[in-house]
Amino acid sequence: SVNPDLASERQTASFSVEKLTVWLDGGVENTRTRRAVVEAIESDPEFSRENEYFESQNERYEAAVRKAVHLQKKMHEMGWTENGLEYKYIYRALAGDIAFLLHRIFMRSISMLGSDKQIAKWIPLASRCQLIGSYAQTELGHGTYLQGLETTAVFDITTQEFILNTPKISAMKWWPGDMGRSATHTVAFAQLYVQGKCYGVHPFIVQIRSLQDHSLCPGITAGDIGPKMSFEHADNGFLLLQSVRVPRENMLSKFCEVQPDGTYVRWGSQKINYFTMTSVRISLLSDEVVVPTMKACTIAIRYSVVRRQSELKPGEQEAKILDYQTQQEKLLPQLAAAYAFYFINGYLQELFDNGYKEIQKKNFDMLPELHAFSSGFKAVVTQQCTSAVEICLRACGGHGYSLLSGLPSLYTKILASCIYEGENTILLLQTARFLIKCFMAASAGQPVPPSVTYLAAVKPRRCPAKEKLDFLSPDIYTEAYQHMAARLVSSTAAKLQDLIQSGVKKHDAWNQCTVQMAQAAKAHCHYIAVKNFAETVEKLQTQAGIQKIMKHLCDLFALHGIFSNAGAFLHDGYLSGAQMDMVTASYLDLLPIIRKDAVPLVDAFDFTDKSLNSALGSYDGHVYQRLYEWAQKSPTNKQMSPAYEKYLKPLLHNKLSKL
Amino acid sequence: AAIAMMNADLRRERAAATFQTELLTHILDGGAERTRRRKEIEALVLNDPDFQHEDLNFLSRSERYEQALRKSSLMVMKLREYGIADPEEIYWFKSFVHRGRPEPLDLHLGMFLPTLLTQATPEQQDRFFMPAWNLDIIGTYAQTEMGHGTHLRGLETTATYDPATQEFILNSPTVTSIKWWPGGLGKTSNHAIVLAQLYTQGQCKGLHAFIVPIRQLGTHKPLPGITVGDIGPKFGFDEIDNGYLKMDNYRIPRENMLMKYAQVEPDGTYVKPVSDKLTYGTMVFIRSLIVGDSARSLSRACTIAIRYSAVRHQSELKPGEPEPQILDYQTQQYKLFPLLATAYAFHFVGAYIKNTYQRISRDISDGDLSELPELHALTAGLKAFTSWTANAGIEECRMACGGHGYSRCSGIPDIYVTFTPSCTYEGENTVMMLQTARFLVKSYTQVTSGQQVTGMVSYLNDLSRQRIQPQHVAARTVTVRINDPASLVEAYKARAAHLVEAAAKNLQAELNHRKSKEEAWNRTSVDLVRASEAHCHYVVVKLFTAKLSEVSNAAVRAVLTELCLLYALYGISKNTGDFLQVGILTDAQVTQVNQSVKELLAIIRPNVVALVDSFDFHDVHLGSVLGRYDGNVYENMFEWAKKSPLNKTEIHQSFHKHLKPMQSKL
Repeated sequence: SVNPDLASERQTASFSVEKLTVWLDGGVENTRTRRAVVEAIESDPEFSRENEYFESQNERYEAAVRKAVHLQKKMHEMGWTENGLEYKYIYRALAGDIAFLLHRIFMRSISMLGSDKQIAKWIPLASRCQLIGSYAQTELGHGTYLQGLETTAVFDITTQEFILNTPKISAMKWWPGDMGRSATHTVAFAQLYVQGKCYGVHPFIVQIRSLQDHSLCPGITAGDIGPKMSFEHADNGFLLLQSVRVPRENMLSKFCEVQPDGTYVRWGSQKINYFTMTSVRISLLSDEVVVPTMKACTIAIRYSVVRRQSELKPGEQEAKILDYQTQQEKLLPQLAAAYAFYFINGYLQELFDNGYKEIQKKNFDMLPELHAFSSGFKAVVTQQCTSAVEICLRACGGHGYSLLSGLPSLYTKILASCIYEGENTILLLQTARFLIKCFMAASAGQPVPPSVTYLAAVKPRRCPAKEKLDFLSPDIYTEAYQHMAARLVSSTAAKLQDLIQSGVKKHDAWNQCTVQMAQAAKAHCHYIAVKNFAETVEKLQTQAGIQKIMKHLCDLFALHGIFSNAGAFLHDGYLSGAQMDMVTASYLDLLPIIRKDAVPLVDAFDFTDKSLNSALGSYDGHVYQRLYEWAQKSPTNKQMSPAYEKYLKPLLHNKLSKL
Repeated sequence: AAIAMMNADLRRERAAATFQTELLTHILDGGAERTRRRKEIEALVLNDPDFQHEDLNFLSRSERYEQALRKSSLMVMKLREYGIADPEEIYWFKSFVHRGRPEPLDLHLGMFLPTLLTQATPEQQDRFFMPAWNLDIIGTYAQTEMGHGTHLRGLETTATYDPATQEFILNSPTVTSIKWWPGGLGKTSNHAIVLAQLYTQGQCKGLHAFIVPIRQLGTHKPLPGITVGDIGPKFGFDEIDNGYLKMDNYRIPRENMLMKYAQVEPDGTYVKPVSDKLTYGTMVFIRSLIVGDSARSLSRACTIAIRYSAVRHQSELKPGEPEPQILDYQTQQYKLFPLLATAYAFHFVGAYIKNTYQRISRDISDGDLSELPELHALTAGLKAFTSWTANAGIEECRMACGGHGYSRCSGIPDIYVTFTPSCTYEGENTVMMLQTARFLVKSYTQVTSGQQVTGMVSYLNDLSRQRIQPQHVAARTVTVRINDPASLVEAYKARAAHLVEAAAKNLQAELNHRKSKEEAWNRTSVDLVRASEAHCHYVVVKLFTAKLSEVSNAAVRAVLTELCLLYALYGISKNTGDFLQVGILTDAQVTQVNQSVKELLAIIRPNVVALVDSFDFHDVHLGSVLGRYDGNVYENMFEWAKKSPLNKTEIHQSFHKHLKPMQSKL
């Protein structure tokens, strides 16, 4: 039976939850497949996560390897293939702790950066798991700045080999997943030297462990980098190379090659080396960022209708905490953001698929835009979702702090996404660079990609809204975002030019504008996210019930952004003080409206209890019972702590009284 | 030998500082003598082999608890051996022993003993205090229940008086009434002070405190009628056995109710306490500790992030030149320096509250409670304001350290998970903000009805003066000079006054539309929280500014003035909407504020390493490879990683168990 406080929330839904789920999945066939995959995985005890919160780092790692191995078997058993529809749901169904994720990146980088011959050699071995791959780019002293990597690969013309070295401690590869204990091979990035000349960073396939007994290969020092804030299951590793030789054929050479005589040949854009990163940035958004945010919202919102605290009406039962305006103001904007970024993810995926088709035809025209979008949105979405999960965690009060709420592990995992695959500030600056370039081009009347044509039309304007209801019009708020983004880009560009004209060196001028640039890039992404949400809602006309609630969420997403960033909209008088009061009023009015559908809106994400793995967020809402029973299973309750015999007993037996 | 040398970047940074770090340390400690004494106590602990142990990052939860308990027992003995009795000195000793982390006897020392002192009768003190002092009795304080935290009146545990046996019968009638979270309850304690609804002669008399034995002395086994255990793994606080407690018809003698104030006589007659305002005192005290803790936790995170940013080099600023220190990037400065300024601001706020509390405490013992309501309202808001800000700031610092910040070796994950619950405990922050708001609205109402208000809210008096010449709020201009801290205090004051007034008016408008006061309050609560935040922000800027004139050394005063300006201007630039909307600042001034913030970043840059050095955290206390005083980060990260549990064997057992069989099958 379901907790009546939760059951009553579901009875009053203004729309069909199932219909929304199907629409989010992109059709009934997808929903069916997803559920089948989830069912197959969750009914298999090998994949159980019940004890996850009680396990040590060693146990987590072992479980992750065991699951990864079992998954191979399972896929075979179920007839799931890497190209099948099922595949994309597997990771969601596993919901964490699984080893060999870097193995996928290893394969992807070979597919994208390797020659046909290299693909033919390595991919079959990798897909049969006869080797386990990792991807070694980051070094102890270098992350974001690839040109700064210090690992070297020197071509030895006499033996037709590359000699790889870690010249100093800061050059040690550091962080790559699966490398600490599991991987047998890695794609290592190193500065290529041929006949004394440096050609920049290139990828090399390097064997690090024996395929026989897993011992380290000669010249290799590798191990685990130690405990982290999360990812206890992953053996992020270090790698030290001392005169490690790999054959000439091990440099990935789809776009460039060192020929036997030492001639360096390049075809295509060098930027393509970064294409793997662009693709990873987009693909991580869904599984690693948006899904955890949806889970956090599910947990926090369900808990907030079960938890009762204090009185809203004197003499009545204590109120559900979701009935407090302050609690709504914490959670509902996060829910709206989860939807907004789910839609943006679809938008980016489409953009990427189109771009990829062109790149395969060796047309690189879309690369700058794609790169700018993937960078900017990776930064904005990871940052906002991280903050959303943290808000959910804190909105659950004390119980949110228990690992059994599921929230701490969602948080510590998602926050890593702000750093890996490109540190967010650096990514925003890359987007800003693109925007400023486009702004200059547009101002000079040159063509720019359609997504940024709006930059050409910056002029002083006023928002036409007259009353608070006007702010529920997507045209009104989308325009406001557009204006704000264009203003920030143009004023940053102007500032940059002023500085340069006043004699400041270009790089100094750039550094002096970076705070503004990061803000401009964020504003641009925020604008695109609002616009995309509004367009998504518009396309929903056929599904009236869903469209209505999505429209409310879209309004909330947009108005929350204006409310919490008021200065940017007030600054040049685009919005007046009176209009800002209207925004605030409209925004606050939306909260109780969405509050009514809050539970159905998270139910529509369709997470099973096992996938949430949370005492607070279960579908039936039996929060306290579950928390109590689960806590009793904690190892700390199963055995007498050695601390008692060793320390407590002597303490209690009066050693102190003698003092 | 190489390791003993200081990293060249840090050496250069320190040489270039414009002030003497020790002088600033003295200011933070409250005088050179206090610094000397603090270091003396620090040395006592750090040179004591009994307090040495393996890096906690490599220990399991249960091992961490064990270590902490070992150290706690030693700590109690040694404190007495050394005769350290001053509360602040005890605090230092404890935080050096436990390196800023919580410990299993926290609730015994911090709540159980003090509650006995303040709420037990002399007879009860005779029975319990000395045994507790000697740790024959280890107690905890069980208030929070699984279903109830903030709203005390909602607690469900009952204590029903039975005159026939002269006992109280304690019950946990529902799952939600199980006591949940008390520290030291899970494994350590044998007694608890339990808060329960008192029933006598068929009537509920509200919450009262009872001394409840929970474990058998000698065997440490739970007593019959008591179910007790650990609540399981948490985000942090691994050192503490937060516990649960369920009581089934569990009887305790009448004399175990704490009866210094309220009493139940043998026949069941209930005698009411004199005043309940007294409990405010404890709350004020604990919340003031959290303000200080916000400052310290943020300072530790800043120390780590800033030192590391001086050591870390990345990318290019000038083409062709070596990679610069990341501290030279404007974006990095913009992340860290305002937090550094915030840490200083909160130090001074913490010291202010502590002093005010001490001053008022003397009045309280003389029976004068007049200043208590304001102080109570102020500390509630400041507890929330500083802990929210520090919480977010610690995460910013971690993020500013990039990937390495995420490693446990950075120390910041631990600072964060230890600190973040302070947003919830001792008063959930939103609830705290609303308490402050209640006081602000009350003060505003007093002003509008013609009375004057005093203290930190006296700026509200100006609102009534302006009402004599009716004019729109927007016309209330303050001539703000953006490079003058005193003038910025006025700007913050105007913002707070406006937001308090707006919230109070919205509340009134809701009241005009609706019947219930509670409903109107709820529908205005977002505005009310904003008003409280603005008020607290103003108080912080005001106190920081006031501190400047107390600093006698010119060089130190100069650098503190820069930090104060940065704090104030950054706060404006993050909240420009509030200042623009009602015309406190013009567009042009806001642009100027943004520009000044960036200029200040460059001005403060040469002193930042010295400014974190002044916090004077010992490496052992800091617990961070990235934040080491000598800056030898990379080689020590490598050394640290080698000790990881996953590296104990060259080939992990998982290879033989899982990988090898798979590879042979395929």
